[in-house]
Amino acid sequence: MAAIERKFTLQVPSSTENLALIREFVTTIGRQATLSDEEINKLELAVDEACANVIEHAYGHDITKDVSVRATFDDEKLKISVIDEGLGFDPAKVNQKSVDQLIHERRSGGLGIRLIKSLMDEVNYEIEPGQKNELHMTKLIKK
Amino acid sequence: MPNPFAIQTTVEDGLSIITLEGFVDAHTAPQFESAVQSEVDAGRVRLIIDCEKLSYISSAGLGVFMSFIEEVHERGGDIKICGLVPKVKHTFEIVGFQGLFEMLENQTAAKQSFAAS
Repeated sequence: MAAIERKFTLQVPSSTENLALIREFVTTIGRQATLSDEEINKLELAVDEACANVIEHAYGHDITKDVSVRATFDDEKLKISVIDEGLGFDPAKVNQKSVDQLIHERRSGGLGIRLIKSLMDEVNYEIEPGQKNELHMTKLIKK
Repeated sequence: MPNPFAIQTTVEDGLSIITLEGFVDAHTAPQFESAVQSEVDAGRVRLIIDCEKLSYISSAGLGVFMSFIEEVHERGGDIKICGLVPKVKHTFEIVGFQGLFEMLENQTAAKQSFAAS
């Protein structure tokens, strides 16, 4: 019998105030998907980083815009998509600097994409700037 | 919802102790940054960040540590981190902070470390 896929969506105004709510949402989904606490912590941080990027960079703190987080899971994997209609950028083209370099330049940013890639099993992007940008992040469910 | 964010700064024996509580994310990190900036502006560059009640940190919070450490070192000070719960400690370790910041068990150990330096 085919595994049943479950789908959930949270849509919130683009404000950092809502990051706590987004974290609660993905933590609850992670529990339902039977991820371990350690994997849920990673999921929570990765989605927070992705949404903070959208709120601060894609939308420039424009609270009239919305951020959507779509979650689907079955017995094998949990996929989270962060969807926006802002100024998308291709993270693959971002020059990733080392933490030493960031410290030397007294930068407070530059860690988000690195964290997302190290926390999730698969990460990919669909970018149509101003139309629709989707960041897809997958976590495999280990039995 | 998780416990809310709170921050408190105390100064004792030439050390600034900034106590974080709850979560530091992109929403609350500016308050943390402002607290560190106030100490540095006042010439107090021997800082202990007490994370015993910190339940969560994202890169916005880690960025505050990154943006001040070089200036603090140049001015003869240091930022020492103490009381990390395992979840938060793991986030620090993912980005390699263990090689850049001294992490101590609690405030007493952090004070002793400053006294010995």
